[in-house]
Amino acid sequence: MPQIYFTADHEWVEIGEDGLATVGITDHAQNALGDIVFVELPEPGRSVAKGEACAVVESVKAASDLYAPLTGTITEQNSALTEDPGQINQSAATAWFFRMRLADAGAFAELMDQAAYDALLASLA
Amino acid sequence: MHRALGARMVEFAGYEMPLQYAGIIAEHLACRSGAALFDVSHMGQAVVRDAASLEPLVTGDITGLPAGRQRYTLLTNAAGGIIDDLMVANLDGGCQLVLNAGRKVVDVAHMRAHGVTVETLFERALLALQGPRAAQMLPEAAALKFMDAAELSVAGTACVVTRSGYTGEDGFEIGCAADAAEALARLLLARGATPAGLGARDSLRLEAGLCLYGNDIDENTSVLAANLGWAIARRRAEVGDFLGAAALREVRQHGPVERLVGIRLSGRAPARAGAEIHVPGGERVGRVTSGCFAPSLNAPIALGYIRADCAAPGTLVALIVRDKPLDGVISPLPFIPHHYAR
Repeated sequence: MPQIYFTADHEWVEIGEDGLATVGITDHAQNALGDIVFVELPEPGRSVAKGEACAVVESVKAASDLYAPLTGTITEQNSALTEDPGQINQSAATAWFFRMRLADAGAFAELMDQAAYDALLASLA
Repeated sequence: MHRALGARMVEFAGYEMPLQYAGIIAEHLACRSGAALFDVSHMGQAVVRDAASLEPLVTGDITGLPAGRQRYTLLTNAAGGIIDDLMVANLDGGCQLVLNAGRKVVDVAHMRAHGVTVETLFERALLALQGPRAAQMLPEAAALKFMDAAELSVAGTACVVTRSGYTGEDGFEIGCAADAAEALARLLLARGATPAGLGARDSLRLEAGLCLYGNDIDENTSVLAANLGWAIARRRAEVGDFLGAAALREVRQHGPVERLVGIRLSGRAPARAGAEIHVPGGERVGRVTSGCFAPSLNAPIALGYIRADCAAPGTLVALIVRDKPLDGVISPLPFIPHHYAR
């Protein structure tokens, strides 16, 4: 059963049974960004530190960075997203950006669970 | 009312304004295919009764503007830079001005310092109804032609209506008292207009090749570099009786050092204001001043200043975004043809 965690930057992180982390942005984030027209994704093999800008999301009006939720190495990027960035607006929860292997397999414990993220959203409303 | 329509609000020029309602792309395309309604009440409305007193400060032929007509003109400084770009309409024997939100206070101070008596109407509301179906949704003003202006009643509300806008489409700008604006907006929405925010207004004007004050033009940009020489009336250029005329005559003799151009990018990544423009693989020759993803072209576009010898349409350029070059080509403006009711 995959586990889903969240960051304060409105990214979701799914920890698979293989230990890889799959990263996307939340529905709140896609809604805040508006129509997404372009994404730039990190290349597999790239090492990223927690909080490092590693992908870019462009809406009609503005560019926003996506940050590595945890430290690790990129293993895969979702090239289908590059071709159709509108998927992010349609289904943020399934439109994954990249997968990464965590440097510390237990580091996801630093992230928010669903209840904590829901509380964060409620505090923003 | 904006929030009731689902708007996301942003602060702009001291006003809380709607950035978007359903989404920038949907609102943008609604304006190109139907009609969109924008609240642009942050713009500064003002009246100058004595056109002759205003004329030395602007580039246009204001004293020669016929009654019921509107003109785009420029407030210039002594160096030929642009203090503001504005609309002037001849109504009721006086000049009705529409000034940029972020410049209206500066403009009025400048005019008063030069002895112009200005009556500010900053509390008045301004709605923009834009798109090919705009005239169907405002039949009260359908007799106006492009750049006509009239005082008329819309459902009992006294309005100043001009057939103009900032989208490249046919449409109207409608000034009215602030307390009448919501009812007027609801009427136009009920007639079928789509509510649209500042986000779509920006992508629409950029496709139409129209400058945004503060991005593409400012006090340091020459009227001629900005390709706004057409806004200098022939009589005014010949007589040279406006602020900055001597400086601009000098620029005209040698040609501007740089020019405002349109750029189309070949990929999907937009280049934003501040991106450097380079010769492909070579030196820096300019900078982007506005950039967005153009919904009607499904491609990124930009405006920017570039060295005059690189400004010819068809010239290949590289725009530096996140330290990487993006391929672009200098394109004729506007990117999307204007559709005005001439």
